[in-house]
Formats: sequence, structure tokens, C-alpha cells
Amino acid sequence: MARAESTQDRGAARLAAGPEMISGPAAAGAPPKQRSARRKRIELTILLGPPLILFIGFVFVPMIFAIWYSLYNWNGYGPLSDFIGLQNYQGVVTGSVFHQALLHNIIIAVLSVVIQLPISIGLALLLNRRMRGQTALRLAVFTPYVLSQATTAVMWSMLLSHGGPVDSLLKSVGLAALIHFWLASTSLVLYTLFFVVTWQFIGFGIVLLLAGLQGIPPELREAAAIDGASSWQITRRIMLPLLGPTIRIWIFLAVIGSLQLFDIVWIMTLGGPANASQTMLTYLYFNGAERTQFGYGATVSVVLFIISFVFALAYQRYALRRDTAGALTRAVG
Amino acid sequence: MRRSPKPVIVAIAVTAAAATIAACSSSSGTSVGSSSSASSSAGGQVTLSWWNNATADPLKGVWVSAITAFQTAHPNVTIQNVPHQNEFFKTNMPIALKSNNPPDIYQQWGGGAEATQIQSGKLADLTQYVSGWIGTLGKAAAGWQVNGKQYGVPYDQHVVGFWYRKDLFAKAGITTPPTTIPELESDNAKLKAHGIAPIGLGGQAQWPDAFWWEYFAVRECSTSVVQQGMTASNMSAPCFSKATKDLTAFLATNPFEPGFNAVTAQSSPTSSAGMLANGKVAMELQGDWEPGEAKGDTTDKSIDSKLGWFAFPAVPGGQGDPSSVLGGGDGWSCTTGAAEPACAQFLQYIDSTEVQKQLVTQASIGLPANPAAESAITSPAVKAAAQAHDTAAYVAVYFDQALPTNPGLALDAAIANFFAGKGSNSAIINSVSSSSGH
Repeated sequence: MARAESTQDRGAARLAAGPEMISGPAAAGAPPKQRSARRKRIELTILLGPPLILFIGFVFVPMIFAIWYSLYNWNGYGPLSDFIGLQNYQGVVTGSVFHQALLHNIIIAVLSVVIQLPISIGLALLLNRRMRGQTALRLAVFTPYVLSQATTAVMWSMLLSHGGPVDSLLKSVGLAALIHFWLASTSLVLYTLFFVVTWQFIGFGIVLLLAGLQGIPPELREAAAIDGASSWQITRRIMLPLLGPTIRIWIFLAVIGSLQLFDIVWIMTLGGPANASQTMLTYLYFNGAERTQFGYGATVSVVLFIISFVFALAYQRYALRRDTAGALTRAVG
Repeated sequence: MRRSPKPVIVAIAVTAAAATIAACSSSSGTSVGSSSSASSSAGGQVTLSWWNNATADPLKGVWVSAITAFQTAHPNVTIQNVPHQNEFFKTNMPIALKSNNPPDIYQQWGGGAEATQIQSGKLADLTQYVSGWIGTLGKAAAGWQVNGKQYGVPYDQHVVGFWYRKDLFAKAGITTPPTTIPELESDNAKLKAHGIAPIGLGGQAQWPDAFWWEYFAVRECSTSVVQQGMTASNMSAPCFSKATKDLTAFLATNPFEPGFNAVTAQSSPTSSAGMLANGKVAMELQGDWEPGEAKGDTTDKSIDSKLGWFAFPAVPGGQGDPSSVLGGGDGWSCTTGAAEPACAQFLQYIDSTEVQKQLVTQASIGLPANPAAESAITSPAVKAAAQAHDTAAYVAVYFDQALPTNPGLALDAAIANFFAGKGSNSAIINSVSSSSGH
């Protein structure tokens, strides 16, 4: 490849040449290198500066404040004067309702991976085939995701009310025995909410996986078919492995989403009855904001942050490492 | 208007709420900033920002016309109407009161929550400005006093009692409403025998559950014991445990609609208010806002005439006066600053007979704060409620409002857990004295 003189051309050449070229020794002479180094600094400042300021101002600084508040008994009024050290943390970590809330988040996360994922993959594989009405079907599965969570929650709480449309439907098809207190039963409410969450978010997973499927070159499938592979073999040995990176990203998003579940739960049940659908965030909102125990609420948010952060780091390290290699782990330029 | 937040249609993620408050405080910041500079100028111009929960007509319309009339009479005062969702006041006032530019006037429910807010140092002591006329409100004003000082002023009052369907009672052969708990229980049995679910309960929101336990406590405990319990956040007196016992026995009769734990209290046909409005239940223990709620949850135009009212029945052997009621109200606080006199003047205007009558006739608030406006009430059921309120030996403020916010909501949660079969008497009693419930 010809040595490109202008930086812009070099950039284009890099893209064309791939990572090997990028990590190779800098080929240009000293003056252009200096110039490009200065230019790179300016570019980095201009491009990274504003988001960095926003990140520090709206993410990092509030986080520091949250940690600071979490060390006080503070109801939001008056000065921060009642320093209580780690007492709030002790309250959170030993609190039985928080344990319940954490358990509920974990149940939702596990159910997402065990139930939502296979359904999403199955539907994505189906919708990836050429068929009549493909676009309409794709649209249909994606529609719930477009609704706001508040709309979904209000709609489903009416549908699922006792003696409501869902119960009437079950009755009319002779399944009256299946009628339950969908939202009023302390043993059932969490699973009802999981169903609603699934209904809303399955479309997102399907679209993500469809995009992953589109990225698999058709030649691979064709070659396998010519070699006599069955349709199941093609799916199992070619499509699913190549879908791996997308699936791993989906799991990441689903688990983080499950840990931060709030809107639907808050509107449909307020975490009740008797804490049976409490999640960490509804717990935070009730005990922090509503009960005006802002120090305590800050503590819950720090604990939630630690849990999410540890999961994210571990997942990046062990599951996503291969997928993001080159993009994140190697210096560019 | 209503004392408690409806199930929020727009659930506020904490971050989103923070963004909203940032936006709001910055906008009100400019107005207040200009007001303080203006008020110090020669013209004496004052601009007051007014945060209220009237996001929709008819109440919004009454406030807007009140502003216009007040500004005409006081050309040097400009009132800026800033409506917010009810929920906003519960969660965002701490942030607003911590800022350098809090609203000049804002929605205030009095009681322990007001006492908590006073800790911010931003609430104006209005005693000297209102002393000339606050007496006309009668006992209503007391709920907004803290340590004998008037940090807030009510504009309406509430009383909790039974709203019942006269048609369904007649169907079940009940001629007069019950006056004791055993009578209520036997009426429930009659209603059930006619296939009617006796009592609606919006248990999802927790505070409707709390009404029941609190009323049993008001019937079991003498007035002074209730008062002491509220001021000391302490419910160790045996009569409070007796209330739990009464409630346990009452719950055992299955008086509520099936699945009440998940039923919302307001704002939809499937809510408990909606069930009453649509004849799915025969009665509900609710505040005087119930007829207004019911009207919104049904297509039945004649619902008003179908509703009757009776007081919470007497509990045999209870120490409390059977005429005592559970209630509360809505009101305002002013924040400290140069605008205090103008703020108090405006509150006086809101409590004038003229505006109070408008509130009754146009916005159908239950009971006006100013008794002179009660003559404007037309509904016989609401009149009965107002009468019970005015002749009550004692008006106990809903406990979650009388107590500081934290123990108040802990109490609601403990009572709701009890209704869901997951609580205990000790959990209820201890909820107010420790920060348990975490």
C-alpha cells in the first residue's frame, strides 16, 4: 500500500489495512509525526473534552456525593451533621427486605437468561428466514419495546386486575382453573412482573440478534449446505457460534437491566404486596426518597453501584474479552 | 387536593427527577432572583412563585382566577403559577428547600412532615402575619402549627369515613348504616348473601390499609394517648395493640374485595374508588375526595346521588370518643424572604369566603378550611361528612402525616404488610419507634 501523506488519507488507509497496519511501526518521518501528535492531542481534546466534562459533572461527582451522603444520617433537610460512619451500610447489608429485593433482582436476571434468551434466539432465527410478511412480523415483535414502560405497566395492571380481561379470556376458553391473583399473590407477583418485562423487552433482544444474524456471511451457510449439513446442523454449528458475540452482549444488557428494574414494578405494584416484588431500586426509592432518608438511600445506591460494577467488570473480563479484543484492549495508533 | 399520590402515571427515575428539579429550580431561580431585586427597588414590586398540585382543571382554573383577582387588588404583586404532579412534592421538596431559590409558596400537608421540613430553616413563621384572621378557620389551622407557630395555612380539610352505595345497601335489605363494628360485620354478611362484595380497599397504595388500623386505634385509644403517640413517635400504649387485635378479627371476616392487595386506590375503573363508582363494592373507607374520584372513574352520571356517608363505627369497649374522626387537609407554606407579608396576604385571600366557595362549587373540594363557605356544599353525603368533622370530639390527623415522614411511611408499610398476611402487631408498633422495615 502506498504511503499516504495526509493524515486523513492515512486514516483511510488504516481502515483499509486493518489492525496489523495500525500496530506496525510508524512509517512517517519526524516532522509529520510531530505534527500528527499535536493534531491528535487537539483532536482528543476537542472530541473527548465535552463528554468528559459531562461525565465528570453528571456521573463521577454525583457518585462521590452519594458516597459522602451515605456516611450520614440525613433526611435531606438541614446540614449534614450526623456522621454515622458505616452504620447505613450495616443497615443495608443486614436488612431482610434488602436481601429480598436483591434476591428478586437475581431471580429476574436468571429468568431473563434462561427463558428470554432461548425465546429471542428462536424467534430471531425464524424471523431471519425469507417469508411472506417478514417485515410485518418483525414490526409486531418490536412494537412493545417502543411503548414507554409506564404505558406498558398501566396497561398490564388493568389487563391483569382480578376479574379483568386476562381472567375473562381464560374463563372464556375453559381455563378458569388457571385464574390467579396475578398481582395480589405474594408468591406469584414477581413472576407476573417478569412476564410483563419479557413482553416489553423481547423485541429488543430479537432485533439485536437479527442484526447479529445479518452479519453472518451467507456463504458460510451455503457452503455448509453444499457439504450436506442439515438445517439443524447449520443452526447449531454455524449460526449459533457466530451469533456468540451478540448473545454475550445481550446477556450483559439483560442482567444490568434486571439489576436496575424499576419503572414497571413501581407502577404496577410499588414493590408490594408485602415487599414480594421489591427490587433494589424500588427499595432505594421508597426508603431513600419517599421516607426522606437520603443518607440511607445514597447507601443503597452505592451498594447497587458496586454490585453492577463488579458484575460488569467480571463479565468484561471473562465473557466479553474475546469479542472486544482489539477494540478496547489494544491501543490504537 | 387529594392527600396521597395516585399511582404515578409517569414513574420518576431518580435521575430524571433530579434533572427535572434542576430545570425547575433554575427557572424559578430567575423569577425569585428578579423578585428579590425588584422587591428591594423603589416600586415595591414582588413576584411570588407558587408551587401547587393543581395540574388540571377544575382546581387549576380556580387558582388561576384567584391569581387574577388578587393581582388586580394588589398591583404590586405578581403570582407565578407553577403546577407540579402531586408526587413531586413528596420527593423533591427536600431538594427544592435546600436550594438557594426555593418556591415562595408551596403545597403543604402540615403535621410531622411540616415539622421535618422546618429543619431546612427555609419555612417562614407566618404567625405575626396571619394572627388577625387565622381564628376564622377554627380548629383547622392547628394542623399547620408546629410548636405553637403557624408555619403553614390550610385551604381545605379532609375527613375519612365510609362512602356507601345506597342502592346496594337497599338491595341487601340494610335500612340504616351500621354504628358499631358488630353491626358492620353483620351488614357485610347480608351484602355477601346477595352476591355483593362489601368493602373496597385499594391496598396497593398502602395508605388506604393504614386508614383501617388508624381508625381502630382512634376508637381504642383516648385522645390524649393518640396525641402522645404522635408527638413521641411511640405506640407502646396497649390500646394500639388492641387496634391490631380488632383489625385481625375484622380481616378474618373477609370483608374486602378479592385481591385487594394489588388494587390501586384511585384514578381507574379497576381502582377501589372505581369499584365503588361502578357498583362492584358496596362501600369504601376513604376521604371526602371520594365522590370526586368516583365521578372520574365511571360513566354513571347519577353516581353522586347514589352515594351516602357514615362515620367509622364505634368499637365496643374502646377508650376513644366515638365521634372522633381521622382527617387532614391541604395547605401552603411560605419560604423565608422579603416576600413573606405578600405571601401571607395571598394565603388570606385563598381562605376568604369568596375563593373558598369557588373551591367547593367549582373544584368540588370536600371541606373548605373556612367554615363560612360550608354552606356552598350541596351533596348530602359530603354535608354529612362535613358535619361529622365539625362536631368531632377530636380530629386525628392521618398518622403517616402526623408523624415525621420516615416513621409515618414505615407505619403504612408495616400495616400494609399485615393486610398481606406478612406482618405482625410488633412490626406495626415498632415501625414508628425505630427505622425498622429496612
